[in-house]
Amino acid sequence: MKIVVDRDLCQGHGVCESEVPEVFSVSKQGVLTILDESPSGSFRSRLEQAVAFCPTSALRIQED
Amino acid sequence: MSIDVTLSEPPMVSGGEEEHGHLDELRRDPIGLMQRVRDECGDVGQFRLAGRDVVLLTGADANEFFFRAPEEALDQAEAYPFMTPIFGEGVVFDAPPERRREMLHNQALRDKFMRGHASTIAHEVNEMASRLSDEGTIDLLDWFAELTIYTSSACLIGKKFRSELDRRFAELYHDLERGTDALAYVDPYAPIESFERRDAARRGLVDLVQQIMDRRAAAPEAPGEDEERDLLDVLMSIREEDGSPRFPTDAVTGMFISMMFAGHHTTSGTAAWTLIELLRNPEEMKEVVSELDELYAGGEEVSYQALRSMPRLESAIKEALRLHPPLILVLRVAKQELDVLGYRIASGKLVGASLSVSNRIPEDFPDPDSFVPERYVVPREEDRTNPWTWIPFGAGRHRCVGAPFAMMQLKAIFSVLLRGWEFELAQPSETYRNDHSKMVVQLARPCAVRYRRRGPS
Repeated sequence: MKIVVDRDLCQGHGVCESEVPEVFSVSKQGVLTILDESPSGSFRSRLEQAVAFCPTSALRIQED
Repeated sequence: MSIDVTLSEPPMVSGGEEEHGHLDELRRDPIGLMQRVRDECGDVGQFRLAGRDVVLLTGADANEFFFRAPEEALDQAEAYPFMTPIFGEGVVFDAPPERRREMLHNQALRDKFMRGHASTIAHEVNEMASRLSDEGTIDLLDWFAELTIYTSSACLIGKKFRSELDRRFAELYHDLERGTDALAYVDPYAPIESFERRDAARRGLVDLVQQIMDRRAAAPEAPGEDEERDLLDVLMSIREEDGSPRFPTDAVTGMFISMMFAGHHTTSGTAAWTLIELLRNPEEMKEVVSELDELYAGGEEVSYQALRSMPRLESAIKEALRLHPPLILVLRVAKQELDVLGYRIASGKLVGASLSVSNRIPEDFPDPDSFVPERYVVPREEDRTNPWTWIPFGAGRHRCVGAPFAMMQLKAIFSVLLRGWEFELAQPSETYRNDHSKMVVQLARPCAVRYRRRGPS
């Protein structure tokens, strides 16, 4: 799977970072960096939480 | 950008023969005016506001254009002349997205601070609720406006500052919000009562903040005092090279007013409308109360984690927001000539998106005027499937950055209120309505509900 961000929508709230800090990092300026664009399947349930709770619906999971 | 010269002007809505065009109608019945623009003109129409034309957009395509447009095309800064006398000169109403990101960080709205805010808010609701008797009547406007002054000041400025406030701050703040007559598009300082009260209220707030600053300056904290330094302490400590304060009281007050503004009348009004709609729909109320009773059955605290998992209440709040969005019209100024759905928007025109009209488009929201929280449940999810018309928080790059904070706050408020008290409409259902005579929408009085402490179940 692959993580896709709509940069027009992301506001840097950092919910994804709280959910999966191994995959998401949000800077002090609120800029999101994806640390691992194709994370291992073991993160799946937490990634799904990150997508579901993203306040701006900016994230989605793209299946391979 | 090159513009096709064959593009036509958006159609103008009927009426508006008066001196200031549709201004009087906008002050009297703004939703009626905006709905008429959509009915007569479609997704892109115009009305006339004093000397300026407002291009009014509704519907998914036009809204997507509006909410995705960059600052260079549609600018917010000059669109709200009624805010300048409230914030003060030099305090900007809106900032570019990059700056907003930083503000998210600075204003403690980021997710990592939300956990702390959840308990702070619950504490403030308990505090207000402890003043209730076993039964009685509250004025929804007064009660929620005061509560949200305390919650927003505690979370955004600091608990210490919050502890130095009382009802007077809320009352003055209300006069500021009432000072948003659309007549400001003609003259923000026109000699009318609501503008005079607005200016007096701002002076009153500066006085209150000055008194707080004087008290703090006279009694500096003992070292090691465990009460946390708050934003006011920080602002007071910043000095010019000659030792004078960097931020005069007027500027500090303006900053606080602007930080609290976006989250105040909006959250207060939504809390009131959620309660009203739940009382109008007793079956929904029952579901929401049992969801809360179940969730907190083990005596858990109101916490961030608990507040995430209440789909019934969340759907009720979303539906109250859709039917009664606290902002009914958001505005920008076209900074260049634009093409929207085949129409030409001349540079300099005001461009608006109507949240209240888009939220009730029947094609997107079946049975649009009814309170139907089920529409947010899988598989309908009408908020997610209509990202450009389900827009109580706006959309896209300018979407309200406080939306998650607002939702959490509303859930915390009802977690306390609905478990501790039962409510009942205290006047005929249809008499609860919004007052649209000002750009800041507020509940119209009377707006009373009765309450009674819940017995052991």
